[in-house]
Amino acid sequence: MTSTVTPPVQKSGSGADQGGGDARRRRLPRLPDRVRQGGLPYLLLLPAVLLELLVHIVPMVIGIVMSFRELTQFYINNWGKAPWRAFDNYKIAVDFDAPLGEALLHSFYVTCVFTVITVGLSWLFGMAAAVMLQENFRGRGLLRGIFLTPYALPVYAAVITWAFMFQRDNGMINHVLHDQLGLTDEPSFWLIGDNSFIALVVVAVWKSWPFAFLMLMAGLQNIPRELYEAASIDGAGVWQQIRKITLPSLRPVNQVLVLVLFLWTFNDFNTPYVLFGDSAPEAADLISIHIYQSSFVTWNFGTGSAMSVLLLLFLLLVTAVYLVATSRGRKGSGAV
Amino acid sequence: MRRIRAAAVITLATALAAGVTGCGGGTSTDEGGGNDSPKTLTYWASNQGPNIEADKKILTPELKKFEKETGIKVKLEVVPWSDLLTRILAATTSGQGPDVLNIGNTWSASLQATGALLPWDDKNFEAIGGRDRFVDSAVASAGADGQPPAAVPLYSLAYALYYNKQMFADAGIDGPPATWDELVADGKKLSKDGKWALGAEGGNLSNNIHQVFALGQQHGDNFFDASGKPTFTTDGNVAAVKQYVDFMAKDKIIAPGNAEYAQNQSLTDFAKGRTAMVLWQAAASTFASQGMKPEDWGAAPVPVPSGAPGTGKQVNSMVAGINIAVFKNTKNLEGAKKFVKFMTSDAEQKLLNKTYGSIPPVAAAQADPAFAAPDLKVLRDTLANSAAPLPQVPEESQFETAVGTAVKDLWADAASGTPVTTESVKKRLDKAQQQMQQ
Amino acid sequence: MPSKALAGKARSPLAPPASFRWTRRIILAFLTAFALLPVYVMVSSSLKPLEDVTGKFQWIPSEITVRPYFDIWDTVPLAHYFMNSLIVAGAATVLSVTIAVFSAYAVSRYRFRGKRVFTVTVLSTQMFPGILFLLPLFLIFVNIGNSTGVALYGSRGGLILTYLTFSLPFSIWMLIGYFDSIPKDLDEAAMVDGCGPFGALFRVVVPAAVPGIVAVSVYAFMTAWGEVLFASVMTNDETRTLAVGLQGYATQNDVYWNQIMAASLVVSVPVVAGFLLLQRYLVAGLTAGAVK
Repeated sequence: MTSTVTPPVQKSGSGADQGGGDARRRRLPRLPDRVRQGGLPYLLLLPAVLLELLVHIVPMVIGIVMSFRELTQFYINNWGKAPWRAFDNYKIAVDFDAPLGEALLHSFYVTCVFTVITVGLSWLFGMAAAVMLQENFRGRGLLRGIFLTPYALPVYAAVITWAFMFQRDNGMINHVLHDQLGLTDEPSFWLIGDNSFIALVVVAVWKSWPFAFLMLMAGLQNIPRELYEAASIDGAGVWQQIRKITLPSLRPVNQVLVLVLFLWTFNDFNTPYVLFGDSAPEAADLISIHIYQSSFVTWNFGTGSAMSVLLLLFLLLVTAVYLVATSRGRKGSGAV
Repeated sequence: MRRIRAAAVITLATALAAGVTGCGGGTSTDEGGGNDSPKTLTYWASNQGPNIEADKKILTPELKKFEKETGIKVKLEVVPWSDLLTRILAATTSGQGPDVLNIGNTWSASLQATGALLPWDDKNFEAIGGRDRFVDSAVASAGADGQPPAAVPLYSLAYALYYNKQMFADAGIDGPPATWDELVADGKKLSKDGKWALGAEGGNLSNNIHQVFALGQQHGDNFFDASGKPTFTTDGNVAAVKQYVDFMAKDKIIAPGNAEYAQNQSLTDFAKGRTAMVLWQAAASTFASQGMKPEDWGAAPVPVPSGAPGTGKQVNSMVAGINIAVFKNTKNLEGAKKFVKFMTSDAEQKLLNKTYGSIPPVAAAQADPAFAAPDLKVLRDTLANSAAPLPQVPEESQFETAVGTAVKDLWADAASGTPVTTESVKKRLDKAQQQMQQ
Repeated sequence: MPSKALAGKARSPLAPPASFRWTRRIILAFLTAFALLPVYVMVSSSLKPLEDVTGKFQWIPSEITVRPYFDIWDTVPLAHYFMNSLIVAGAATVLSVTIAVFSAYAVSRYRFRGKRVFTVTVLSTQMFPGILFLLPLFLIFVNIGNSTGVALYGSRGGLILTYLTFSLPFSIWMLIGYFDSIPKDLDEAAMVDGCGPFGALFRVVVPAAVPGIVAVSVYAFMTAWGEVLFASVMTNDETRTLAVGLQGYATQNDVYWNQIMAASLVVSVPVVAGFLLLQRYLVAGLTAGAVK
């Protein structure tokens, strides 16, 4: 596809404008602006639009079509014959009195709590690190490098290492908590039972806080120093400066950062999959893993797709509400 | 205007989608097999050796042999277990897959239901030397009862009880237990000073299923009735699951930590002398790679309630193994059958099963003295006399997930000290069964 | 803008009070430990023989061996997977950033119908659960392959295409912000000098946006580098990437923990090193892009 999509664009549009066009334009009288610009922006967007259509939009539409059919092992080999089930797949998914719906609701609830805690902690850690590294001191560059390391490790390697550390009998976590500090009477389980939720949050935060740190660090650098200078002349201490200048100035970064972290965390598949395998413990049954289990593991792509569509609708709703709410808030605070 | 443009985008997307779904995956059944490209084959092998590279080294010379015999070049890909089922599903859905592939034999009936695999009716079996060449229980694990099998058995395995000779001697036990009561009694002698009697892989859904299936047979029950309906909550099945989990919860002969094992830690524990027994299929090479000498362990049939292993209530293992299947829409049907014939020939069967430590499902190859070593003999006799295939129903994958998870959760209860009662077992199994019925 | 961002590192006018310095020490020590704990476990485990790794955890290995670092190459074709990942992630990054630059330039510099539809739609694709369109995408690739002969399924090309689209929305969004912060007078001046719109883009806007482009590139690279789900379905033996290939150290009967750790470290070192080298650009780049 790469070879078939990009070149025509360059040949028909950009190539002419950019290569030959440059030389030609110097001699020829320039076209009126309006005509020149007419198609240009669309041409510039074309590759992105085509790719989004191919990889996201069309598959998405197919996914929605799938959600209305009965796609089990009996039909996956020939989709044309798969019976239409109208909203039956959806009915199963939202029938919260039956085990499947109940499990989905539970999984949704777990995912919400997980997302709120993970995003909150990631933001908090990222914020703390960014603020603490705002001022120059020896070793700052090194610390910045260390803090970014979790972001650079391959996900599988990082998460399997955490799984290794969380083993009950031989893992590092229990070695410290139980053997060395003596905090627990019995070594605890981290990969099964209720504690698995904690393990999942720890790993997810570890993986995503460096990104928050990066964004916030960048945001901090854009705050004019004069603000701090003025504040310190007025006698404001460091803590006050953080509260009065740093936090409000980061509002625009936070708006997007929190949204992006929210979406990534909510849809995260790799972390629970590597940590727990096909079947996550109930306490850590994230929606992505749950849908994977309901489609790939149990060969029921119709119901799986219906659940995914519901998830998508939920995310769209949350995002829309979030953007409206935060934008309004931003305008308001801007006026004050 | 904006709305019109959005509408146009959606229309385009729908049109494209319709085009794609229209022909999506349809090719396989419409076209059927053919012989358009008689000189090449693609083969997906499963990971049977110590690692994928080792598998390639083992199989490549054999494929060369086949090429020499037939002039057909086989393109080999060893697919890791973590990806195999997903890859097969994607191939089934799209019609774009290999010509020949290995499947776990428990997937046979599910894949059979998709209609994507070549059915091995008498005519096809004739092309590879006839159905009689294969051991019955192995063929029974290649598809639903009463239908032509969806695959041909390639490597067979069964469960055995592996035990640590030194630990048994130290505890003053003469030999391996033959009944569960003996196992529990011996287990109580063995479980002390930080050592434990038995290992279990509590977080491994398939392994849980394999164990409770055999126990269920001994209680006279199966997880599906003859018509293919789930019967998880019968007294026999509940008792079987409870018996298995009780080794930890009540008898305390399994270390609580085993509840989370899913990466074969139970084999490591055994190889290191931390546990005295483990129920496994062909574990010899793993013990060796973990540094345990062959003379330090022994293998015995998996215990039964009483008497000797046999059929019916005396079953003590599932039929484990790998089957080889042909995708119906292959472009080289004759070549694919030739390849299956080659792989199931007596010579290749002896060689490959010897290398992988498995048992040939081909009767003539089984007679080879290599498979009469004490540990392999146990597996071979079990397969021949007292192994039964897992339920061959299309919903087998759902069953493994639902019941496997139920048992996993019960292990978690047992490990954390939550009482495991007949009611709690029944409740979990009931939930699993309800998930099946939707 | 970028130079200002770098200059922003100047020290605080007042020396911070002791309470702040102590809080800072505690917080930074905690975060360092948190970030490095798994890395330490990786390093120490990769130097242990397999028997020790599977035994009780020890902070200091009782026996050190570099054997795993040799074994990793035989257990799975690590170098091959590494090259695949490098090619896929590299190509996806270059293409994704190029396309994002064009799109962001259009949105930032032109007024046209459908602009909002474009930005909103592109951003909303970030919400699509991968599990929903994995199979449809696979089907599309197979069908394109069947009807045009362009092999996307199982090829690096298909994976590149997929990954570049994954990082596209966030990259476009970032670059729009970044381009907006470059004064329009600059490219108008270039236009007056006789450059066309592309001349202005490549001679004025892109050079001024280098830090932002680097930042987006790193993001695109990391997205492609670590993806597991799509890679596991869309690749074969020849084209398998590291993210999936590392799972080869966990086989049916054995899990080579020490080799997993050693291989992870070996493949991470070049990435982490490149990452740290680009840090300076990254920070400056994000500054203008995100905070505009």
